[in-house]
Amino acid sequence: MSGALKVLSAGPALSLQDLGRRGYLAFGLTRGGAADTLALHEGAALLGQSAELAAIEMTGMGSTFEATADTVIALTGARMTATLDGAPLVWNASHALPAGAKLAIGGVQAGTCGYLHVAGGFDVPVQMGARGSHLNAGIGGLLEADDALPLTDASARSGYFLTPDNRLAGGTIHVIESIQTTEFSEETRARFAATPFRRDPRGNRQGVRMDSDGDGFFARDGLSIVSEVIVPGDIQITGDGAPFVLMCESQTTGGYPRIGTVIPSDLPKVAQAPVGAPLKFEFVSHEEARALETRARAAIKALAGQVQPLVRDPADIADLLSYQLVSGVVSASADPFET
Amino acid sequence: MSDYPIIRTVGLSGILVTFAGAMDDHANRVALAFRAAVEAEAWPEVSETSMSLVSVFVVTDLVTYPAEEIIARLQDLLDARDWSDPALPEGRTLWHVPTVYGTDLAPQLEEAAKAVGIDPDEAIRQLSASRVRVLTIGFSPGQPYLGQLDAQWNIPRQQDLTKSVPSGALVLAIRQMCLFTNATPTGWRHVGQTAFRTFSQQSDAPFALSPGDELIFPSVSAAELEKIRAGSTASFGGADREVIA
Repeated sequence: MSGALKVLSAGPALSLQDLGRRGYLAFGLTRGGAADTLALHEGAALLGQSAELAAIEMTGMGSTFEATADTVIALTGARMTATLDGAPLVWNASHALPAGAKLAIGGVQAGTCGYLHVAGGFDVPVQMGARGSHLNAGIGGLLEADDALPLTDASARSGYFLTPDNRLAGGTIHVIESIQTTEFSEETRARFAATPFRRDPRGNRQGVRMDSDGDGFFARDGLSIVSEVIVPGDIQITGDGAPFVLMCESQTTGGYPRIGTVIPSDLPKVAQAPVGAPLKFEFVSHEEARALETRARAAIKALAGQVQPLVRDPADIADLLSYQLVSGVVSASADPFET
Repeated sequence: MSDYPIIRTVGLSGILVTFAGAMDDHANRVALAFRAAVEAEAWPEVSETSMSLVSVFVVTDLVTYPAEEIIARLQDLLDARDWSDPALPEGRTLWHVPTVYGTDLAPQLEEAAKAVGIDPDEAIRQLSASRVRVLTIGFSPGQPYLGQLDAQWNIPRQQDLTKSVPSGALVLAIRQMCLFTNATPTGWRHVGQTAFRTFSQQSDAPFALSPGDELIFPSVSAAELEKIRAGSTASFGGADREVIA
């Protein structure tokens, strides 16, 4: 261990998150983990480390931080305002965070959940196989002012960026049929697929409510269905006919019928949709869903190769004169392709 | 019903084997035994299994593994055995959990007794002698659904939700009881209060109960519960345990 990241002032919904816990479904505990797991992979690609490491999830609002030792950070997910000792930082990029410098992450500009990663991940104890907080289950909790998260003795490169997959403004969400889809009439399912929804303000790590104009969506047998297993992405229709997309901290079982299931690679888009953002649900076949997932997994594998050096506007660099700007200049007559 | 069992995919997350269309004690026992059978196969494609009241969920990555193959294997496993009278798994635990019935600790006992049509003392006598099985664990970490009670306890959920009942609350509806992990709103009636904690995250064994375990809730006074809470056995609420062979 070498130093810590101190939380100087905490936003309202700040927690440590990773890829969550597996193996506890039989005991009523869902996986949990980051609401936008793609953001974890992006942070890992930027810092050249494992996506299993924990990062800080910041919902809606960031916080101010200070490290007690030099480290490197990466910022991913929802775009938020960020400054380092007052100088603006580019989002979706890695930056050096010198000891004592003040990192201020403000409000969200696009999306909902932003992520702050550190080189080597946070060195907090593993609890039941993971470091992330499962807020609904009472494992871990929200970060608060004066918390200090131990840093790992690890280095990473800074000054790299990644152009993220566009997922911060809602859009089309692919859905497949699941065990209770046929409890809804064909007419209801067709109307569901044709309805423009908006993300309702009611939403958290357990589920996100969808708002629409017109009638609700009701299953044939209504409220008398036997309680059955729930998986993240399930679109549950509660008593008033409004759909909830169940997220990473959903309950493991439930009695309200589910009209379909969001495919895993589209869940980050639901998590990131800001309040009021338009969303539409498009049913795809099991085979199409598999093809979409296969493509999304390949894209995650390709992230590391897409990381590029950050070219900064010199006006943004507070200590420009301290940089060595001329090293690496090459001969104008040399053949750059010669090896 | 000849329609059951039904085998279906659950999103891209796994396969569900359902043994009945409504809660049914036999179907629950089949699910318990079938889950044990799937676990014993230790298929590398299966990352975990769980059960709900009348079904078994087999978690497998359907993006990587074709559903048809796993479904065929599950069907073979179903066909390989007679499920008409499944034995309950061995090595289960019987818990005796001290419980305060009624009083201001569990204010809906009288209401529940009235719904059944018996007086509160008779309700306590029956409930404190009922041996119930963990039908499934779900909704919250470690939280058991317990059943089934005698048919007369088939009382409906209340119309309105109670805003919150505390952790350790024993609640009742539809011939089932539930022992709450956390303080939670509920439509079930709060008939008993225990000091039992179903989930202790700091522990090496964070979950007290497993599906198939059995529980009895003997009646104790509020003073006795207070003493249990103050003592060192508080995490299991002063419960005695015995292994069911």
